[in-house]
Amino acid sequence: MSEAGVRRLCAANLLRGCSVLLAATAPRFFLDGFSVLGTPLTWLCACSVSVSALSVVLNAALGPSPPPRRGSLAHKVGFLKCCMYFLMSFGRAFLSLNTFLFAVLLSTFTTLQCLCVLGPNIQAWIRVFSKNGAMSIWDNNLQITTVCSVLGAWFGAFPIPLDWDRPWQVWPISCSLGATFGYLAGLIIAPLWIHWNRKQLTYKSR
Amino acid sequence: MRLRSGVFASSCLLVEALGVALFLRGFFPLPVRSLPRSEARREPPAEPAPPGSGTVSNWTKIPPPLFKKVVLVLIDALRDDFVFGPKGKQFMPYTTQVVEKGTSHSFIAEAKPPTVTMPRIKALMTGSIPGFIDIIVNLNSPALLEDNLIWQAKTAGKRIIFYGDDTWVKLFPKHFVEYDGTTSFFVSDFTEVDDNVTRHLDRVLKREDWDILILHYLGLDHIGHVTGPNSILVGPKLREMDNILKKIHISLLSKEGGAAPPNLLVVCGDHGMSETGSHGGSSEEEVHTPLLFISSAFEKRNGPFSQPKVVQQTDLATTLAVGLGLPISKNSVGNLILPIVGGKTMREQLRFLHLNGFQLSRLLQENTPAYEKDPGYEHFKIAEKSHGNWIKLYLDGNNSEVLLNLGKKVLKQYLKALKTLSSSLSKQVAQYDMYSMMVGTVIVLEVLFLLLLITPKALSRRAEFEVPLSPPLFSLLFYLTCLTLCAVHVIVCTSAEGLCYFCSMSWWTAAAVMVLISALMCGILSAVGKILQNSRPPVKNPVVSNSSWSEVDILILAGTVGHVLSLGASSFIEEEHQTWYFLINTLCLALCQELCRNHFLLKEGDSQHSITLKQNFDNVKETYECKNIDITAPDDSKLGKVTATDEFLKGSDKWISLASPWIILICCRLLRSLNQTGVQWAHRPDFGHWLTSSEHKSELSFLAAISLVMIFILVQRKCSLVSKIAMALGLLGVYSYRAAIGNIVFPWQHDSKDISKGITEARFVYVFVLGIVFTGTKDLLKSQVISADCGVRSTGLWEVYSGLVLLAALLLRPHNLPVLVFCLLIQTMMTKYIWRPLKFDAAQITIMHYWFGQAFFYFQGNSNGIATVDVSAGFVGLDSYVEIPAIFLTAFATYAGPLLWAIHLLCYLSSEVSRNSSAMGHGCFCYALVRSVPVAVYIILVTGLRYHLFIWSVFSPKLLYEGMHVLITAGVCLFFTAMDQNRSRRGQD
Repeated sequence: MSEAGVRRLCAANLLRGCSVLLAATAPRFFLDGFSVLGTPLTWLCACSVSVSALSVVLNAALGPSPPPRRGSLAHKVGFLKCCMYFLMSFGRAFLSLNTFLFAVLLSTFTTLQCLCVLGPNIQAWIRVFSKNGAMSIWDNNLQITTVCSVLGAWFGAFPIPLDWDRPWQVWPISCSLGATFGYLAGLIIAPLWIHWNRKQLTYKSR
Repeated sequence: MRLRSGVFASSCLLVEALGVALFLRGFFPLPVRSLPRSEARREPPAEPAPPGSGTVSNWTKIPPPLFKKVVLVLIDALRDDFVFGPKGKQFMPYTTQVVEKGTSHSFIAEAKPPTVTMPRIKALMTGSIPGFIDIIVNLNSPALLEDNLIWQAKTAGKRIIFYGDDTWVKLFPKHFVEYDGTTSFFVSDFTEVDDNVTRHLDRVLKREDWDILILHYLGLDHIGHVTGPNSILVGPKLREMDNILKKIHISLLSKEGGAAPPNLLVVCGDHGMSETGSHGGSSEEEVHTPLLFISSAFEKRNGPFSQPKVVQQTDLATTLAVGLGLPISKNSVGNLILPIVGGKTMREQLRFLHLNGFQLSRLLQENTPAYEKDPGYEHFKIAEKSHGNWIKLYLDGNNSEVLLNLGKKVLKQYLKALKTLSSSLSKQVAQYDMYSMMVGTVIVLEVLFLLLLITPKALSRRAEFEVPLSPPLFSLLFYLTCLTLCAVHVIVCTSAEGLCYFCSMSWWTAAAVMVLISALMCGILSAVGKILQNSRPPVKNPVVSNSSWSEVDILILAGTVGHVLSLGASSFIEEEHQTWYFLINTLCLALCQELCRNHFLLKEGDSQHSITLKQNFDNVKETYECKNIDITAPDDSKLGKVTATDEFLKGSDKWISLASPWIILICCRLLRSLNQTGVQWAHRPDFGHWLTSSEHKSELSFLAAISLVMIFILVQRKCSLVSKIAMALGLLGVYSYRAAIGNIVFPWQHDSKDISKGITEARFVYVFVLGIVFTGTKDLLKSQVISADCGVRSTGLWEVYSGLVLLAALLLRPHNLPVLVFCLLIQTMMTKYIWRPLKFDAAQITIMHYWFGQAFFYFQGNSNGIATVDVSAGFVGLDSYVEIPAIFLTAFATYAGPLLWAIHLLCYLSSEVSRNSSAMGHGCFCYALVRSVPVAVYIILVTGLRYHLFIWSVFSPKLLYEGMHVLITAGVCLFFTAMDQNRSRRGQD
């Protein structure tokens, strides 16, 4: 673990956070009547698109691990696999547009990030998402943001049954908001946590 | 005295049930609000005196009746859209024509929850709002002692005839000159109940010797209960009602003429029905009922028909009293419906309103000390004053436009005053017996604290602990507390002005309760003392290693705490099913994660781990061998276990095991779409409705048949041959019972004309239920007496369980049979692929069982409203209403989910040979604990929220459910303890 690595991570997280915020504000200049609560579906689309685009770009630009040198065929297979995993993570969301977009958002926050960092490698995934399985600060970052997004979405479901009649209580807005806030929180927490525990973090490579 | 955890937990629960019962008795006081009736005959007030001396109004008597004869047609469960909606237009043409063009006034009367027949009849006739407890005494209605319309009419010499629901006859004994009561308890009778009423009609309508005729039709309610509001049976029933109304109306019109006042026909419903066809709750469909006044005294309607105004149901009593020239009932909180007297002169109208206002303000005076500050009372005084001014002008002979306008102003003032008065009175109806509630709460809380304090010991390996009885019982503290409490009791009871249940109990009982409270307190104190003593030297074990908490543990703890906290919000209570669905979904995900880790990760680690283990064992062996001690046997067994789990993880089982949480999640999703419950989303279309609609009978039959077969396959694997056969026959009987009462059809049967009560078939099933349970009990006894091997006992338990499954299959409605199938399926999968490989301890498994039990409570269509209780389950196989079996069967059908899961827990824990003998005690203790935490918290919350707006519609039904659940849990824990007893005895042998 080097200082530079941590700095790179911070920069990446900052960019990601900015992209989320940008997705919530920027479309107002292009679309009339856009607001997060007013037109949640548009916001969901914008948010997923911007975050996923940024993740792909980031992965290509300052990829944490050097891109695997493989033949073009293997590359293509890997890419297809990635797409398949990403689609699979949508789950049963094809029943309604709301649920579908929420699934896309949540997958962007979780599955896509994992795919970018880890690639279509089940063993690596299982390793990262188990206790003491992280092998770099990127793994730690991944763990924390993913768990935070999922937890945020989980907590976001709480206010749905309340009878306050607020616009953000409707499925899936509160969950999407929860996931987004969770993701943002994860982006902030991860570098802090790594900084806090930098003494204990000793990554052994296999 | 040494006590085992199970025994301790069950006794705690029994005491807690006592406390809850006391609390409930205090929370739902019987309405004894009215003063004795002899006092009710007060002189009616005179018209307000005009200001200035000398002139006094001479109108002191009650105004004469406006109507000669009144016919009140009460159609049970008549919802507003059955008359004013498209159904009314289609099926009730005559009524629609009268409503839209005839001489009538139509309103939507809003019923207050509980929307159950007897409280509604009371509300209609007394004008007061009966307490919630009326639901419980609904089944054996005692005579109504309050001042009411019927009594007033009888005292005034009116002759009343009644035909219909015999609740009326019980409520008003000896009030009717002629009556014929029909019992309402046989729900699947649609025609006879109404024919019994109608057959008298022609004869009575020809006669002249009556003043009030009351008809109560039950058929519509029965149709609603059995088939729902959208069934094809509703249309013909409404048409029948329409014809009856037409007949009565024409006959009433033909009797009019001469100088006598006109007649009045009133049509109303006592409550509506929800989209599932039941009632009791407070949804719009249940509280909105039509209220029609039809009389030639009214002006003909012209102009387009507009949506009827909403009035309160209690307003009918006041309006009828005015219309019949009777004094308004003392306890009525109703307002006069002004359009009914709209044809009268201004002086008369004002007089009526003054009478009503005077009665309401007197009621307010009797109930609130600070009545003078009440805005309603102030408004009324102002209105009375201007009324006096108006009378002065009137008596002066002023007859101009000015007088009329002034009169209208006074009228408005009166109406405003009446509205405020009755709303502030309605708020006061709830009177709580705080003392009994406090005593109950104290008992429940003490039990909870005791349980919590004892937890570490009760969950220890032995599941036994020392309860020092003598030191606390002979301590000075105990006697002092006893004495203090008794003194407090005497003081409270002598100072309280009656109305306290706990005070009205005999002194010995009260003293016993006090002794119990102080004993519990001393128990808590000694437990605390012990913990403090023990915690002084524990430097050596610093807070039993936090890292031992797995994700599942954290989830279980957080879920329990979160659920308990959510009970404070009314919406979370209304939608409690969502909480449970959410929790079990999360639980499944956590289990999935646990399984993944177990299968993928531990594989590598495990091999290392087992290698080290083996090395360890080898080392141990070597050392022991050095010492020449033969320890191969225990060693091998331990190693064998390790390899067994390894083996288990291999092969196809591994993938099934990994997939099982997802399969369970899919099952839960399917079950969720079977029954929509709750309040906010209850109206959404669900699969259950689709199945029960009459067009889909064949699909329902197919589903029921498949479900019954599945139940047989899932249950039979652990049964003995005899019970297998009995089970199969019993399930066949279930199908034929449902076919006999017309819910489903046999494939060869095309017309479902011959609908019977299915008594023979149901009793046939009961015989098999009893037979299977008896076989199981026999096995249990055998295992206890001759202490046979464990297998006999677990077979016996499983047989008892399968007997209960058969009973549930009989009692649950056919569209709910898949719930039973999925229940069995999930239990099987959980047992085989999740609990066994993951080796959870008894406490975790107990709480998972509890969660699933709660979720299944809602999966089967229950909610926290009274309306979803399926009363028809109490009549399965019974000829007429028999109280004890009906209550038992209804309770069983309602709590089938939690009960089946609890018994399955027992089967599972006792079948696990590898578990140590304390598992059962742990399970019982956890079950008791996890049940008493929400109850205790909820009781405190309800006490705090007792003036909440939704206390009657949301919190009270939930409180009843909780109380009932505690009682059932106490029963389950006793069963647990009995089983545990066997085991320990055998262990000692």
